[in-house]
Amino acid sequence: MARTEKKKDVVIVGLGWTGSILGMELAQEGLEIVALERGHDQNTVPEFQYPNMIDELKYGVRLGLMQKPRNSTVTIRRSLDEAALPYRSLGSFLPGNGVGGAGTHWNGLNWRPMLSEYRLRSYVEERWGAGIIPEDMQIQDYPVTYDELEPFFDRFEHVAGISGTAGNIKGQIMEGGNPFESPRARAYPMPAMPTTYDGAKFGEVTKAMGYHPFPRPGGIASQAYVNEYGMQMGPCNHCGFCERYGCYNYSKSSPQTAILDALKRKPNFEYRTKSEVLRIEMAPDGKTATGVTYFDENTEEEVFQPADLVILAAYQLHNVHLMLLSGIGQPYDPVTGEGVTGRNYAYQMNGGYTMFFKDEVFNPFVGTGANGMSIDDFGIDNIDFGQEGFIGGSYISSGQSNGQPIRNMPLPSGTPAWGADWKKAVGDWYGHVMSIGSHGSHMSYRTNYLDLDPTYKDRHGRPLMRMTFNWKDNDIRMTQFMKSKIEPIAKALNPTVMQAGFKQAGAMYDVRPYQTTHNVGGSVMGADPKTSAVNRYLQAWDKHNIFVMGAGAFPQNTQYNPTGMVGGLAYWAAHAIRTDYLRNPRPLV
Amino acid sequence: MRDLPGVPSRRTFLKASAATAVISTIPLSSQAATPTPPVPLDEYQPKTLSPVEWAFVMAAVARLIPSDGDGPGAIEVRVPVFIDNELGGGFGSAADWYMEGPHQADASPLRGYQTPLTPLQIYQQAIPVFNEWCQNTHGKIFADLDADTQNQALASLQKDEMKINPELRDFFTLLLQNTKEGYFADPMYGGNHGMQAWTYIGFPGARASYKEWVGRFNVQYPLGPVSISGERA
Repeated sequence: MARTEKKKDVVIVGLGWTGSILGMELAQEGLEIVALERGHDQNTVPEFQYPNMIDELKYGVRLGLMQKPRNSTVTIRRSLDEAALPYRSLGSFLPGNGVGGAGTHWNGLNWRPMLSEYRLRSYVEERWGAGIIPEDMQIQDYPVTYDELEPFFDRFEHVAGISGTAGNIKGQIMEGGNPFESPRARAYPMPAMPTTYDGAKFGEVTKAMGYHPFPRPGGIASQAYVNEYGMQMGPCNHCGFCERYGCYNYSKSSPQTAILDALKRKPNFEYRTKSEVLRIEMAPDGKTATGVTYFDENTEEEVFQPADLVILAAYQLHNVHLMLLSGIGQPYDPVTGEGVTGRNYAYQMNGGYTMFFKDEVFNPFVGTGANGMSIDDFGIDNIDFGQEGFIGGSYISSGQSNGQPIRNMPLPSGTPAWGADWKKAVGDWYGHVMSIGSHGSHMSYRTNYLDLDPTYKDRHGRPLMRMTFNWKDNDIRMTQFMKSKIEPIAKALNPTVMQAGFKQAGAMYDVRPYQTTHNVGGSVMGADPKTSAVNRYLQAWDKHNIFVMGAGAFPQNTQYNPTGMVGGLAYWAAHAIRTDYLRNPRPLV
Repeated sequence: MRDLPGVPSRRTFLKASAATAVISTIPLSSQAATPTPPVPLDEYQPKTLSPVEWAFVMAAVARLIPSDGDGPGAIEVRVPVFIDNELGGGFGSAADWYMEGPHQADASPLRGYQTPLTPLQIYQQAIPVFNEWCQNTHGKIFADLDADTQNQALASLQKDEMKINPELRDFFTLLLQNTKEGYFADPMYGGNHGMQAWTYIGFPGARASYKEWVGRFNVQYPLGPVSISGERA
């Protein structure tokens, strides 16, 4: 050990959304706090400024804001009897890097899960009986209710600056919003963003079919906004560079636009970049952490940072990796079913139709990450699992997010990938395309989990984390159901030509194409320490001064983008720490 | 074509703007106003590729995105320069990627990039293999074949008819991907010369400000592209 830093009250691992939230909340208690961020520092100016950020090759294709697999990655296998191989170059999912984390490069889509999703197992058992749950499916209830979480969803939405149209305020259904949403105490902080032509077409046709279209809610400012920390957002100009980019316009919700400049002014808060936490250190009795050891890239040495409270606020994969490396929770064993850390890794099941219109113009570069209209008529609360033969649901949307031509060039199937016909097709079809996507739940299963890889090591000599994951029949049946519901919508739009992209029975996980960075589970929250790694306050069951933020807490994935839930849970946990844990540190459950 | 009800139409103005090139009244930066003509491709000195590799890339990209028909070809937008630049940088050396062994290059393609070779090494090792196959199958190395035979040979490469070493199997995918990148990336990377590819498809490049265009349904955006360095087309 080359260096020991001065003891702090709190050490926060990772400075993205949850690290920033916990930093601010605990700084308000007057605690001495240090946040350790493995990546670089970055701010709207200069790192995200115009025009340099408007660079598809650097950020969209070469993934300039993402984690470098050379520094940090996982290995992946599809089954227990396959040898895992490293995820050498990024494809399927894109963990962020640097201050702000994935909160800088997300699309901004922000949701609260549907009511059934907080108590999914109980809901299924009560309505249809445990018999409809497949043998290898390990769905669980959250150990916290929607009513308990509502004030914290509200808090996050008002800090982050979410634009949307409320559909249910205290039980009253509101015209123009999502009538199926969980009831909210008040409206979104900003009105919904206007939609582009594709979303408007989708809204019109779905309304005519008797569905309930509403504007997609998102962390994209529709007007000037100031949040409770005094942070300001400016109205979005629909530049079409949200996902994979930092926002140059102070319009996309991010730790940078919503929290960090206010947090950095707190004299009791400090952050260090290029500081990658290697492990959490434990007291001799094994019941508490004493701090963390990190690698300081600036001085190229290991540093021990003592602290009374350890907040794991890195990306889901990294939190679980640190837990496995540090002995927090018993590692999950898929054969015996024992152990909790790494259990219930889950992903997202998405699909879509692409429609080509010879004589219509969409200007696809006009967009935002949360653009467009959605319906929740086939959301998880609205499906008869017993009748349909699967557990799950999806929201369905249309709304262009970008027209960046290297990656966003859908062409009619059968078009050659190169040559004269390809060139003609890009000229004929660019800007004449819209899509309808389904964004669906993903259940948790006995053999989808995370543990340490026996072969591959990272640059610090630590075992890489190993992901064992494959698609399962239940979720494929769900997405095929969505296909059957979207097809009539797509046909009603009367395109020149249309094509479907949904996973089919027997689909194997393909790590190459981008799918989603909604990796969840592995540090699941629950009421039972035998099936969860953290309790209802995100506190490690076996080490009471460690709290684990993020989507790792999800017992299975919801049908929505995870950030709203991640933010709500962070404020929920922060509240428990502030009002209860600090005055009497102990296991809260 | 239609406008949102109640929204005043700027369509006529904007269409007129495009037609009469009103945008040219926007001051150009001095850099953009006096562009230096680039070195012709046949005089270009590659920084990364050898002469044989350069000849292959020149010939291959000319078939992947040919010059005939509407829109520029890969040669007109200088894709070979882009590829030479990219292979000489962090992409070519796999600087960001996890390259530790053991490698299992013959794993299912679904499992992603598994070769021990960097993209530059794949180009360097695959081009001679492919040239030899062209020599044996068609009587000449790729660059010396006629266009139709080159198209056949690339189709064979795409279908892996020569059963290339698994360590090189991503070659065609990389070549095609890099060609399209060079066609559509910002011109500062050496390709998309004059933003011709953006002009061809109607992508406005780095304009990145469209607030007044959100509600203008089914109306073609009229302005041409700008680049990150301030070029206009």
